[in-house]
Amino acid sequence: MTEMPPLVALVGNPNAGKSALFNALTGARQKIANYPGVTVERKSGRAAFADGRPIEMIDLPGAYSLSPDSLDEAVTRDVVLGNLQGHRRPDALVIVLDAGNLDNHLRFALELIAQGLPTVVALNMIDLAERDGLQLDSQKLARALGVPVIETVAVRRRGLEPLMIQLEEALHNPSPAIEPVAISIGAQNQRARDIARSVIISETAGRQWTRRLDAVLLHPVGGVVILLALLFLMFQAVYGWSEAPIGWIESGFALLSDGIKNAMPDGLLRSFLTDGVIAGVGSVIVFLPQILILFLFILLLEASGYMTRAAFVMDRLMAAVGLSGHSFIPLLSSFACAIPGIMATRTIMDQKERLATILISPLMTCSARLPVYTVIIGAFIPASNIGPGIGLQGLVLFGLYIAGILGAMLAASAIQRFVTQSRTSSFLIEMPRYQWPRVSDIALNLWQRAWVFLRRAGTIIFAATIILWALLSFPKAPEGSNISQVEYSVAGRIADGLEPIVRPIGFNHDIALALIPAMAAREVAVSALATVYAIDAADDDTAATSLGPKLAADWSLATALAFLAWFVFAPQCISTIAVTRRETNGWKWPIFMVTYLFALAYAAAGITYWTARSFGL
Amino acid sequence: MAVIRTIHWDDLPDQEGHRLRSLGFEPGVAIEALHKGILMWRDPLAVRVGRMTVALRTNVAAAIDCELSA
Repeated sequence: MTEMPPLVALVGNPNAGKSALFNALTGARQKIANYPGVTVERKSGRAAFADGRPIEMIDLPGAYSLSPDSLDEAVTRDVVLGNLQGHRRPDALVIVLDAGNLDNHLRFALELIAQGLPTVVALNMIDLAERDGLQLDSQKLARALGVPVIETVAVRRRGLEPLMIQLEEALHNPSPAIEPVAISIGAQNQRARDIARSVIISETAGRQWTRRLDAVLLHPVGGVVILLALLFLMFQAVYGWSEAPIGWIESGFALLSDGIKNAMPDGLLRSFLTDGVIAGVGSVIVFLPQILILFLFILLLEASGYMTRAAFVMDRLMAAVGLSGHSFIPLLSSFACAIPGIMATRTIMDQKERLATILISPLMTCSARLPVYTVIIGAFIPASNIGPGIGLQGLVLFGLYIAGILGAMLAASAIQRFVTQSRTSSFLIEMPRYQWPRVSDIALNLWQRAWVFLRRAGTIIFAATIILWALLSFPKAPEGSNISQVEYSVAGRIADGLEPIVRPIGFNHDIALALIPAMAAREVAVSALATVYAIDAADDDTAATSLGPKLAADWSLATALAFLAWFVFAPQCISTIAVTRRETNGWKWPIFMVTYLFALAYAAAGITYWTARSFGL
Repeated sequence: MAVIRTIHWDDLPDQEGHRLRSLGFEPGVAIEALHKGILMWRDPLAVRVGRMTVALRTNVAAAIDCELSA
């Protein structure tokens, strides 16, 4: 009979180095799923005892106490107490403590130990504490807490073996069940401080890197300049560094497409593979480099400890529209993708602020819009310079980002005033010590992000592309008729119905056609247009030329600009809508979000089109 | 350097009060103001409490009474 391996939960304050310890214990063998019923990410992985028997480990969201202030903390409490439906209670806990911050972290540890589960304490980041001049007596700490304490340095894999040995022992000899004693949080804080004071052997003034860096990075003026410079560098890198890898991916797909064309006779299957699969999915995968660069920056900002400083610098500005520095972190992530952005709102304590942040996050220009912007700008905006080093194309792209941010700010003000009717926002956050990001942790995280993106490209985008290809290819236009295949197909007829609605904002038949599958994901608009033109051009040799010139020949500039304005606002991403539904527990808010964003998109495209027309474009 | 003398919990919204407590703000704890404001604003503040740096706004800080320690 096979027994389930014991389940061990890593639990501790945010910034205690919990995830680094989890990575060190489980290696790359991790599974990311969701906790049953909630979208909080559940990271689990396998580790093994010395004799090879497996244990399952989970990395619980960082928390400050078992009475939660945020949704993340609620999951941690429910798992530890065994209250989460459909999730087994852990057999043991590893409490991760920041050795340099015992005064503030021990209180939560006391609360956890009082739950009576077999427990081992990892006194983590002991090297950083020593760097700051702190000498601790871990054996004395173990006696005071009544559980084993192991000194660990997760990033150097120090202390992992003794930790596993103690864990095995704790699992085998569970301490007699004790009734959790309810003592007040104030009394716990007092006891935590007494213990913290008693285990310090010596304390000398350390190098205090954090303090020195903060003097610069939180400077009232300098801090703002540095943050803006970092953001500028980040967006610069997204375009600058990605050119070469995008070129490789493009030529890879072109080779593949040519190979299939040479190897297969012309027919339905060949059309399916080249016009459907490669044209569609390929046009989306080329954006992987940009997405990864954006995520790389965000992960580095988080791992180094700078992200909360960025929140500090931005807090006052965000307060002007009813939000706070807490919203800055999810909104920055939304520039990569609104989905992780919306999920990151779970750390926001104020529920009204959280809702407002979710509702405006689709306005941050996510990487899925880049394909649309790049293609249209490339086709319609001349690559001229309007000043030294300032290209017109880049300026238009920058303008689209700004339009999204301004739209988000206006929407946030309006939502906080009229919808959530929130009077105040709040900002209260721990700012961790700075540390060098660990290459392997960043790489692992980046790989997980890439995998999620590729899985999406391989499922949702693949399916949408295939369905569109089928809708465009059938029924076959009669031989020799002068109606094009696209017009004759099912998709063409659906677009006929949609066209009168979008005609007033300058959209043509092709755009109406592309908008339907783009509901699945924005970038599909590009692959849809590519598929439309590929199928239309199936008979002649122009099929090989890229999408841009074809659009430039077919669309007016006013239509192109209206199309760009549309995508600044349009909520065209099924996944975002689905995540919003899950995160807000119902259809009310996603419906609200989709409605106001479509209204904005329609208005913005219409205004753009008619303004451009009045200038004779 | 200063020490927290009293915290007027009743002046704080429940959530802020609770988070403040779980971060370790209690009477008797050492506290030090580190940074104040951005550009021309007075908000937010960064304080050192115990061994931790915490960012908070002046409206919350107003509920915390401190006295200078020797």
